[in-house]
Amino acid sequence: MVKVVNKILIQNFSLNYSDGTESLHEITLQIPANAIMVFFGPAGGGKSSLLRAINRLNDLADVISISGEILLADENGNYLNIYDKKVDVIELRRRVGMVFARPIVLPLTIRGNLTYPLELKGEKNKDILMTSVERSLRQAALWDEVKDRLDTSATALSGGQQQRLCLARSLMLEPEVILLDEPTSGLDPISTSKVEATLQDLKQRYTIVLVPQSIQQAARMADYAAFFLQGELIEFAPENALFINPKDGRTKDYVEGRFG
Amino acid sequence: MSNFRSWLEKFIFWAIRISGYSAILFVIAIFLYLLREGLPAFSEVPLSNLLSERWYPNEDLFGLLPLLGGSLVVIIGATVIAVPIGICTAVYIAEVAPPWAREILKPIVEVLAGIPSVVLGFFGIVILAPYLRRALDLPTGLTALAGSLLLAATSLPTIVSVSEDALYSVPKSFRDASIALGVTEWQTIWHMTLPAARTGVLTACMLGIGRTVGETMAVLMVTGNAPVIPRGISSLFAPVRTMTATIAAEMGEVATGSAHYHVLFLIGITLFLITLAINLIAASVVFRKRQRAERILS
Repeated sequence: MVKVVNKILIQNFSLNYSDGTESLHEITLQIPANAIMVFFGPAGGGKSSLLRAINRLNDLADVISISGEILLADENGNYLNIYDKKVDVIELRRRVGMVFARPIVLPLTIRGNLTYPLELKGEKNKDILMTSVERSLRQAALWDEVKDRLDTSATALSGGQQQRLCLARSLMLEPEVILLDEPTSGLDPISTSKVEATLQDLKQRYTIVLVPQSIQQAARMADYAAFFLQGELIEFAPENALFINPKDGRTKDYVEGRFG
Repeated sequence: MSNFRSWLEKFIFWAIRISGYSAILFVIAIFLYLLREGLPAFSEVPLSNLLSERWYPNEDLFGLLPLLGGSLVVIIGATVIAVPIGICTAVYIAEVAPPWAREILKPIVEVLAGIPSVVLGFFGIVILAPYLRRALDLPTGLTALAGSLLLAATSLPTIVSVSEDALYSVPKSFRDASIALGVTEWQTIWHMTLPAARTGVLTACMLGIGRTVGETMAVLMVTGNAPVIPRGISSLFAPVRTMTATIAAEMGEVATGSAHYHVLFLIGITLFLITLAINLIAASVVFRKRQRAERILS
């Protein structure tokens, strides 16, 4: 197996919404494999847009124009342009999972939430489903808390548990990349630290792209960080460089809290 | 001046209160009147006659079964036609249609609700019944099927607009989450959105069926009005007589206070109880849902 260095290559990627509000201009960026990449910057900078572009969730939004490329590597190091017309979007979204800012549990049981994506992919074998349920709950550090009540309603879980359930649900499909859009924004500090610890474990197996909830979280979590401002990528570097010694004046101002 | 204002305040308050209570009072009064006029039927007509198979009032034969059966055939037929079409239309409007199509479809469905049933019945007699006779090679087009089709048309707007609201109330975020999990849009609608909205959709169907039960004019005009007990699927293609049509057709000519008169009121009581049961089922479904939501929130 070839060692893939960069899991995702974003090249001259631009995107415009029809109402002209948010957009991305000429983003070029490499997302390294098996690491946590953090997109940070003030609101409206295009972080979420770029995140949603990576699994083409933007297809559902009012996007009028897209240019440039986003390339996703498979395990042999072959890159696939995800905006190619021949790409199977459903298959792409199974390879690139997503967790949203608010935990979105479906009105089903805990088990039902987890098996939902796998069953609709066509998996009927109960043993395989149950094995996957246990594996992803363990990966999301939720197994011990819910193993005795898998058939109770998922909406009865606490906010932190719900968010880890959503993470576990994404892991059911064994994706290669996990995108997280402010996954801890609604959580208390204890739940937040649990989710963060889980993510640090998960990067052994997965490539993680995180839009953090705060600059502190960005600094805690980042192996690599990219700073976005008004739709442009200002600076991209390994964690220490960006937070300790930013090259660009705007990054420095933001990191030091002069605007935000 | 302030005296006048406080007097006016009180007057309006009482006016509102009286209209509120009078609505309840009217329902109770109507029900009591139905009972008073209908219950004597049990003493005047033996039960064996009421449960017999022939409705022929001129010879004192008051078998209710053909009428009940006729109503059931027409109602079940209408339900089988209207529920799938209604739900599919609601799914199309709420989930699939582009905004411009939604803007056109929604008002059209609401206009359908406003068509008087007499007009629908007229359309049924002039166009639908002859067409059915020719297309299916029947002796007459005035059949239970024609009634079912028209009733389906009257209940569709209710089913569509209430289910559509139920589908809208499923948060958009559920859809995003489902799509992001590599689930297709059709699977999302079928396995997530519809189940999540099922109580609302069920209520919609119940309200729609409730409307078909009480509908009189259209069925009176197109079902042929032959009081025959329906047997099997073939009765769908034969004339039937419903309970509502019987009351409408015969009440004007019956001698007040006669046995026939009291039996017609008994039919009215039966109809009242059927619609009441359907509304109670619909309400209990909604109530159960609310209770569950409250349990989760508390």
